[in-house]
Amino acid sequence: MSSQENSEENLPTKQDSAHGAVAVADNPFADPGLPPHEARQQDLDDRTAKRSERTVALLFTVSMLATIGFIACFVIFPIEKIVYIWPIGKVSALNFSLGLTLAVALFCIGAGAVHWARTLMSDVEIADDRHPISAEPEVKAKVLNDFKQGAEDSVLGRRKLIRNTMFGALAMVPLSGIVLLRDLGPLPEDKLRHTLWGKGKALVNMNTGEPLRPEDIAVGSLTFAKPEGLEEHDHGFMNEIAKAALMIVRLQPEDIKDKRELDWSHEGIVAFSKICTHVGCPISLYEQQTHHALCPCHQSTFDLSDGARVIFGPAGHALPQLHIGVNDEGYLEALGDFDEPVGPAFWERG
Amino acid sequence: MSNTTTAPADEQRGKAPAGERVADWADGRLGIYSLAKANLRKVFPDHWSFMLGEICLYSFIIIILTGVYLTLFFHPSMNEVEYHGVYAPMQGVLMSEAYASTLDISFEVRGGLLIRQIHHWAALIFLAGMFVHMMRVFFTGAFRKPREINWLFGFLLFVLGMFTGFTGYSLPDDLLSGTGVRFTQGAILSVPIVGTYISMFLFGGEFPGTDFVARFYSIHILLLPGIMLGLVVAHLILVFYHKHTQFPGPGRTEKNVVGMPLMPVYMAKAGGFFFLVFGVIAAVAAIATINPIWTIGPYRPDMVGTGAQPDWYMGFAEGLVRVMPGWEINLWGHTLVLGVFIPLVVFGLVLGAMAVYPFIESWITGDKREHHLLDRPRNAPTRTALGVAWITMYMITLVGGGNDLWATHFHLSINAITWFVRIGFFAGPVIAFIVTKRICLGLQRRDAEKVLHGRESGIIKRLPHGEFIEVHEPLSQEQLHTLTQHEQYKPVEIGPTVDENGVERKVKGGEKLRAKLSQAYFGEGTQIPKPTAEEYKEIQEGHGHH
Amino acid sequence: MKKLSARRRHPLAAFVVLLLALAATGGLYTAFAPADKAQAEETAQSLAIEEGKKLYAVGCSSCHGTGGQGSSDGPSLVGVGSAAVDFQVGTGRMPLQQPGAQAPRKKVIYTQAEIDQMAAYIASLGAGPTTPTAKQYSPEGADIANGGTLFRNNCAQCHNFTGEGGALTNGKYAPDLTDVSPKHIYEAMQTGPQNMPSFPDTVLPEQEKKDVVAYLQTVNSDKSENPGGLKLGGIGPVAEGLFAWIFGLGTLIAVAIWVAARTAKAKKS
Repeated sequence: MSSQENSEENLPTKQDSAHGAVAVADNPFADPGLPPHEARQQDLDDRTAKRSERTVALLFTVSMLATIGFIACFVIFPIEKIVYIWPIGKVSALNFSLGLTLAVALFCIGAGAVHWARTLMSDVEIADDRHPISAEPEVKAKVLNDFKQGAEDSVLGRRKLIRNTMFGALAMVPLSGIVLLRDLGPLPEDKLRHTLWGKGKALVNMNTGEPLRPEDIAVGSLTFAKPEGLEEHDHGFMNEIAKAALMIVRLQPEDIKDKRELDWSHEGIVAFSKICTHVGCPISLYEQQTHHALCPCHQSTFDLSDGARVIFGPAGHALPQLHIGVNDEGYLEALGDFDEPVGPAFWERG
Repeated sequence: MSNTTTAPADEQRGKAPAGERVADWADGRLGIYSLAKANLRKVFPDHWSFMLGEICLYSFIIIILTGVYLTLFFHPSMNEVEYHGVYAPMQGVLMSEAYASTLDISFEVRGGLLIRQIHHWAALIFLAGMFVHMMRVFFTGAFRKPREINWLFGFLLFVLGMFTGFTGYSLPDDLLSGTGVRFTQGAILSVPIVGTYISMFLFGGEFPGTDFVARFYSIHILLLPGIMLGLVVAHLILVFYHKHTQFPGPGRTEKNVVGMPLMPVYMAKAGGFFFLVFGVIAAVAAIATINPIWTIGPYRPDMVGTGAQPDWYMGFAEGLVRVMPGWEINLWGHTLVLGVFIPLVVFGLVLGAMAVYPFIESWITGDKREHHLLDRPRNAPTRTALGVAWITMYMITLVGGGNDLWATHFHLSINAITWFVRIGFFAGPVIAFIVTKRICLGLQRRDAEKVLHGRESGIIKRLPHGEFIEVHEPLSQEQLHTLTQHEQYKPVEIGPTVDENGVERKVKGGEKLRAKLSQAYFGEGTQIPKPTAEEYKEIQEGHGHH
Repeated sequence: MKKLSARRRHPLAAFVVLLLALAATGGLYTAFAPADKAQAEETAQSLAIEEGKKLYAVGCSSCHGTGGQGSSDGPSLVGVGSAAVDFQVGTGRMPLQQPGAQAPRKKVIYTQAEIDQMAAYIASLGAGPTTPTAKQYSPEGADIANGGTLFRNNCAQCHNFTGEGGALTNGKYAPDLTDVSPKHIYEAMQTGPQNMPSFPDTVLPEQEKKDVVAYLQTVNSDKSENPGGLKLGGIGPVAEGLFAWIFGLGTLIAVAIWVAARTAKAKKS
């Protein structure tokens, strides 16, 4: 911004033309100055003032009583006690009583103080002068001079070697801090590419913990599965289920539009990753008539009869499908891991 | 009192009242008298909208007080435990210690539930308060010189407040907040090149891992609130130092501040207001439940509940993500996840636009003077219209963030709402801008009318020849002054391109842009010229003929 | 149970299930029209089917076809079972009032006896899930906590954490489960009405269905407790945010207006 740019022609002429509160005879819009103070009833009539005083004192007293009430409620009500309060419902007696007594105790202190200020303290308005924030030119000159003196005394300007090495040292020392953050976590490597699924892993019903058979799964039903051998109590269960969670539905084979989906299905049973390819919510709002699965977080919609491709919403690619078959004992099993990373897309996904 | 102050303090030792002696002691070490000289009777103007900032300050204090209490009982650990507490519907369920300890705070610590609810309600109100406070400052032009830095402090507080809120919301490790954390992780993964690395470092490995609660905990209770506390103090110091702005009116000028003194009126009012705010929030916490995590269940990455939303202040980010089309580009073995990354960038831009606005406006006006008198929003139509356009964009994306709930509660199609938000995101602000500007100009016109012709009194008079007229009461001088004191900028022109020596100078692009913007702000049709004294007198004389 | 489900596809399975269905319907019928003898029961059963057929012809056949074979306006009812009829008609969803994204719950227009007759008729068309007995869905002997976990795994994604309902695509929705009777919840899981997928006993066994019903009774019925106060619809942060803005900040601003307002002056009258 050059000074030329800031020519002040466009600014209104005088900022405080009416300062001084003297109405110029010529100017009907001039500032008439602060209006005279008008007295309140409390200023004129001692009885009104007394009443205000009593109100304030009453509020403070109510606050004290409420605090006593708070302590009493804390002692009296057992924590598990539930009471019916109309129209709120069945609530914890302790939460409700403590909350309200605390609210009253606090509110009355505030109300008392404000009422006191509003009715009994002087309400004469005062005008305080403002002073420009920028320093006077002499002050500025002095400071600049002091700074220059200081800078010269430091010999930093002449001793370039000191200056440069100092900047170098200061610039480098935070590196240690950054290096220390390295062990916050491992490198990504190919962790996001693999799940627990693999050839021969049986599909285990999430609800019962039993391996699933094809005949368990009816057309129009919805089943969730985990890989065989993964138990809730296992260390690392969370990380594994976050990738391995599976959603199984059965379609009429003639309804399946995508050829690969049909190939990877078993008698119309298809298994898709339950983890949304958008940002990873478990997507399982399955509409059995339309075969659409909706994500509850951001409404990406996938067509499970057409390779789980995205038909609406912010997801960028189809849900990965798990190639399934039946093992010798008649149980459903995976015929391999997912052939692409499950869950949200990332830079290295490709 | 006056007797003691005239005599030297030493000789009067023992006679001065105890309070004064304590003050003397402190003054000898801290210099409190000089400090109090400028501040004890500091004047604060009275206006309800000036108390919005106090709502924020007090809810922040309430959050700190209740937050410290909660740390006494909360276990920021993701160790899996089997629940055997008093809440029957969770008996034997596997959950993290963080979740279990939150259940304990709610059901086994007396008053724990109340404090938890106060903490969370206060957080929502803190952010809502900051939002409204920021809008008040924006629409009245209080961000102008010398307060731009304080505007930035306030803006930072709002943004940090959002993230502090988000990290706090994630701590109980419940199914709802866990879904939010999962979303965050997915969003981080979308960042080109470094996304997977940041995710691995933040979560200590793959999602969810066993670290994030403890890490979010130290961010939530230490890092962010520490920075915020510093910013709050700086914000307040600047408010004191600059002295408060005031609305225009008789006797109120750029060179003074009119109002009540700190001691005693504002000590009582502001001090009392703290208790009022605390009282109201405590009442809200007594009456309404917030984040009942016991009905939500512990987090499992393979489970979810519909209606998965963040707290309101993150709702607009959620909306941006929900309505974005699923663009994904695969090139040379790499994936650019635009469907997530673009909303992430827009999120920053929408907020950033607020941060830089004061600097843009001051560059356009070229106004380098201090401003302590507030603008009435109608007198700055372009700014007001821009602000309303911004709010419209914010609100439309906020609606997008709750599209599933609007769908069920108003019997609409979720897809239709999504499309409404997609279009509204672009069209809404434009419409809002045009409408607001027109309303502002209409109000300016009405003001001018009022100044020149007086106030409609509602009294109908029949003239001798049968005509009915409404009697207009002339305004008082106070009102005339208030309605005409505002400044009207003229648009900047590109100065002469040829100087006095006939040498042509180059007009820089920035200068051209500035002239254009200035034209858009203050050019033709952007303000109604305010009545002049001549016009007024002419009409007044005309009235004499009646 | 496992063995039973494995034999589902046996050629005789349909007859077995049909017999079971007839027996169950008969049992229910007995409850309403007490008949002492087995013979009377049988007669009552065939009578119920007869009556049901008449009701069906009047109320349902225009969409579902004269023999329940379905038409362009309504799906086939062969094999949907008595549970589906009891659910659809018992919650007022059927008969359909007007076409729309999905059939809403509305006033029930048939008596339970009539519903049972229609259910008996539909069950006679083909084997399907039978109306559960009170013992099957009563919360007695249920593991509520397990029900909660199952609910979060199988139901919450559409119906919300405590069954307040949620949105599906294009105007469809998962309904609010407040006040839905345990029997109907049970039947919905068995039959998968409209776009809801079914959760047959092979993937969600009887005991687990019972757990789910019991959990829902605990957290979302007129008996459920909300220790913290108003539950604000139980729909999470959106309602909480609105409440914080309107009642929290709204009240505080009202208070601020009072704090900052001028005190009344004496002179002005």
